[in-house]
Amino acid sequence: MAEKSKVAFYWCASCGGCEEAMVDLAEDILQVVEKAEFVLWPVAMDFKREDVENLKDEEILVTFINGAVRTSEQEEMVRLLRKKSKILIAFGACAYTGGVPGLANCYSREEILNFYYKSGDTVFNPEDKKPTPHFIEGNFAFEIPEFYGRVYAVDQVVDVDYYIPGCAPTRKVVKNAIDALFSSQLPQKGSILGASSKSLCNECPLNETKPEKIYVKKFKRVDKTQPEPDKCLLIQGYPCLGPVTRGGCEALCVKANYPCTGCFGPLDDVKDYGAKAVSFLASIIDSNDEKEIEKIIDEGLSNPLAIVYRYSLPKSLIFDTKIKKNGG
Amino acid sequence: MNKIRGDGEIRVGVYVCHCGTNIAGRVNIKEVVEFASKLPYVVVAREYKYMCSDPGQELIKNDIKELKLNRIVVASCSPHLHEHTFRKACEDAGLNPFNFQMANIREHVSWVTKDSKEATEKAKAMVRAAVYRVVFHESLERKSQEIHPDVLVIGGGIAGISASLVLADAGKKVYLVEREPSIGGHMAKFDKTFPTLDCASCILTPKMTQVKDHPNIELFTYSEVEEVDGYVGNFTVKIRKRARYVDIEKCVGCYECIEACVYKEGKFPDEFNEGLSKRKPIYIPFPQAVPLAAVIDPATCIQFLSGKCKRTCQQACERGAIDFNMRDEIVEVKVGAIIVATGFKTFDPSRIPQYGYDRYPNVYTALEVERLVNSSGPTGGEIILRDGRRPQSVGIIHCVGSRDKNYNIWCSRVCCMYSLKLAHLIKERTNAEVYCFYIDMRTPGKGYEEFYHKLMEEGVHFIRGKVAEVTDWAVTPEEEGKLIIRVEDTLIGVVRRIPVDMVVLAVGLEPRTDADEIRRLLNISCSKEGWFLERHPKLAPVATFTDGIFIAGACQGPKDIPDTVAQAEAAAAQALALIDRKRIELEPNTAWIDEEKCSGCHICIGLCPYSAISYNEEKKIAVINEALCKGCGVCVAACPSKAAQQRLFLDEQLYAEIEGALL
Amino acid sequence: MNNNNNKFEPKILGIFCNWCTYLAADLAGVSRMDYPANIRIVRTMCSGRVDPQFIFWGFKNGADGILIGGCHPGDCHYIEGNYKTLRRYLLLKRVLKEIGINEKRLRLEWISASEGEKLQRVVREFTEEIRSLGPITEDRAFKLNLIEHKK
Repeated sequence: MAEKSKVAFYWCASCGGCEEAMVDLAEDILQVVEKAEFVLWPVAMDFKREDVENLKDEEILVTFINGAVRTSEQEEMVRLLRKKSKILIAFGACAYTGGVPGLANCYSREEILNFYYKSGDTVFNPEDKKPTPHFIEGNFAFEIPEFYGRVYAVDQVVDVDYYIPGCAPTRKVVKNAIDALFSSQLPQKGSILGASSKSLCNECPLNETKPEKIYVKKFKRVDKTQPEPDKCLLIQGYPCLGPVTRGGCEALCVKANYPCTGCFGPLDDVKDYGAKAVSFLASIIDSNDEKEIEKIIDEGLSNPLAIVYRYSLPKSLIFDTKIKKNGG
Repeated sequence: MNKIRGDGEIRVGVYVCHCGTNIAGRVNIKEVVEFASKLPYVVVAREYKYMCSDPGQELIKNDIKELKLNRIVVASCSPHLHEHTFRKACEDAGLNPFNFQMANIREHVSWVTKDSKEATEKAKAMVRAAVYRVVFHESLERKSQEIHPDVLVIGGGIAGISASLVLADAGKKVYLVEREPSIGGHMAKFDKTFPTLDCASCILTPKMTQVKDHPNIELFTYSEVEEVDGYVGNFTVKIRKRARYVDIEKCVGCYECIEACVYKEGKFPDEFNEGLSKRKPIYIPFPQAVPLAAVIDPATCIQFLSGKCKRTCQQACERGAIDFNMRDEIVEVKVGAIIVATGFKTFDPSRIPQYGYDRYPNVYTALEVERLVNSSGPTGGEIILRDGRRPQSVGIIHCVGSRDKNYNIWCSRVCCMYSLKLAHLIKERTNAEVYCFYIDMRTPGKGYEEFYHKLMEEGVHFIRGKVAEVTDWAVTPEEEGKLIIRVEDTLIGVVRRIPVDMVVLAVGLEPRTDADEIRRLLNISCSKEGWFLERHPKLAPVATFTDGIFIAGACQGPKDIPDTVAQAEAAAAQALALIDRKRIELEPNTAWIDEEKCSGCHICIGLCPYSAISYNEEKKIAVINEALCKGCGVCVAACPSKAAQQRLFLDEQLYAEIEGALL
Repeated sequence: MNNNNNKFEPKILGIFCNWCTYLAADLAGVSRMDYPANIRIVRTMCSGRVDPQFIFWGFKNGADGILIGGCHPGDCHYIEGNYKTLRRYLLLKRVLKEIGINEKRLRLEWISASEGEKLQRVVREFTEEIRSLGPITEDRAFKLNLIEHKK
């Protein structure tokens, strides 16, 4: 390869874990660097927006975007990168399905700002200041990004070519995805890269400990009771989302005795991750009595939204709409 | 609209039916047709006065041929009425019948909507739903499967015997499995049967012999069904033949071994005589037993208990039929249908302490008295008390354990009649005063009411009232040494004390203790009382919800002998009808598992009410046995990977239909 | 749909099982029991086939209310499919509430094949209830998330 391919890595509303995931590639990253030249990676290198603007359209071979879209700046950067890139990849759960920030879609912008700038227990803000996109401080007029009314997955803002799932994507998934990208034949547009086409149970070492039929009489929480080791967490009553979640992580959480929370998102053809999670979890409740079922749900699954939609609320069937002008 | 799977060009024809004025009187048909013709993939939309008529169907058939239609929608009545008709029309025109969808614009629209405009809008929505849906339809094949011609009958009482004989006479091979050492069931214990007073063994014994001699019946006595696998037409059944320690092929029932037993006298309660007599460890249950062969009870035989018996029985048997080394044997048979005729048990009256059973020796159950009056019973047919006295007065208490919310709420149906029969027999043989204590006299049945009248003329005393107590606490000299029945005589409104020598408890009928195990073994249902549940209480009284399994006799609910026999023969006829179809067509709306998607998460397996889903250890995925699948789609809705899917009810089809319906 | 005289006409989706509630709707028809035309009926073999995804899909596609109809407990044609529906329904309602959709917009009813009258009553009641709740676009989830509702 005479010239190295240009690669960009950008973050939006995210925790930074996805950046770590990239760094976690360790020596494998050398392989990437060998083939690629970074043109944007704010967390690691000093590039400016201008540098990207100066590139030709589609000059970047691959852009990885992690994090969901929550502000006007994020929207602008994602649109810019889309224009400058041949391939745009939503990297990690937030970019792919909205992620944990997406749970904020149950609250209005005003409620969120009010909590963080006024009513929150640790807030000290006697002047009652709240961020506004345009404000004047002394002699200077400032402009800060606008905080949108809801969180968007990247494909609700721009066209996305591929997705790499995970919170964060594991080293192996990232490596698989990169191998797929640099292979001679690109996968079909819209594919999930690097992960499995089957659910986590398929690769979970504890799947063998399941009895043939699964029923749950009581749901438990890991913060209240300690799971037994080496025994399927679901059959113990922990709402492990392995059955409804795409595999590929090699059951890292389960191996640490922690139930799967679903960061790898839904399987192909599942339209709504949370609805499917509701369906399978409720189906295995071992009771036919309405009162008892309610008790089992209310005692063990008392905050079902955060269980079934922890990473994918913005992509729920109802919410799955493209961004409108000005995001909110 | 969702994307269509690549499947060539889709050409939809829509046919809107007027149904005379049934639809056209409320729905603007022209508007609906006009609307339909503009829907995606629609090549032609037509209306007709009666779509289900021959010319209506011809319309569809011609269009299929001439316009090369490959999806058909008929908007007319309920699919429950004419889906079959239009599917057949498609098939006749060379189109796979499952490329068809019906829109119900009569029952669900024109007949229930007052406003014509609203009805038209709703009809449009229903048509759009059907068009959107049918686009995702695919050609399906009806699968059929061969039916194994043999039948298993579980239970060798009068129900099982009757069913077996009908089937065997029709040329079917029958495996009849009976838990006890002999067939015959409860009926074999009876002396006479009501209301004709036929001798029970005179009518039953020939049937038992027929079973034994019938070339088409293979009899397994002292055996139990241990495992049932498979599904309608193809059951595999494991039968445990318990070791009898006597070879029934060699034994001729000569009693020599029993005579020779080291026990000179019987020592253990005789089950057949309800414990009223004693038997030896080696015994023949009763003289008419089939098979007429001895059996050794290892729980009482010295050889089994200590290994140090002189084994005089073995020496006495010239034919060498006794084999102490016999082991249980598992036999596997294949059958196409199963008839369950496991019968009932009688209510245990010690649960009602105030009636004194177990406390006063002269309180008997009706079944014990049946043995007492039976000429082959423990007393040779003499009705005598445990101390040898002949009773001067006898009280029969009805509804013991029946029609009582503390015990069983149901009427056991036979007790009034058998009580009358016992009253008659007791009166006839002992000339005792007989009192019947009843709540209501229930005698519906051919000749039953007449029998009741006859008894009243015979001088049996009928006292209407629920017995409060049976006691031996005498308060007057004439009560001394008697059992006193305390009862409110509701006809005269006084509490009475009737002293008698013998009390007979007309115990009710209950489901067998292990009915639930049988239910699980066969995957059939029980009512909450524990009786096996028929598919429909009126129209399918011998079928169960599990295809290929039929129920007969008192295991379905209390019944007398004629009803039992009728039901048994009905079950046999149902089994015959099934088997003689040779093949069964399976519904095409079954579910299947996409192997590429299944992760083997096990979620679906326990949800299937028919145990149609199992785990394939080799492939590590779930597998649906489509012959067992009834097509409910519960697994499909639950499958977290969308690996389970259902034909005719694919997700895509339902999404499209919902989208279309919400016009 | 907001029609000309501005009265809100809710759209109702009915998903009925083939053996009980669908037949009850047929019976209501045969008995000419009229009820509001707002309901559109889709048939599944068993209420147990109702995937919660269908509910979200229905709301997204314009339903203001969804009625699931199944056999009475103990009467399910498929032995106990309706119990699975009940379990999913109870959990789903809680999720809908948290999302910000009035959980009354989803209703589960056991209506047997012989209960044409019950069908009529339930459909009338439910239509009125949804009418009083207003369009689903007034619900918090729709407002917060700027969801387009199919007209």
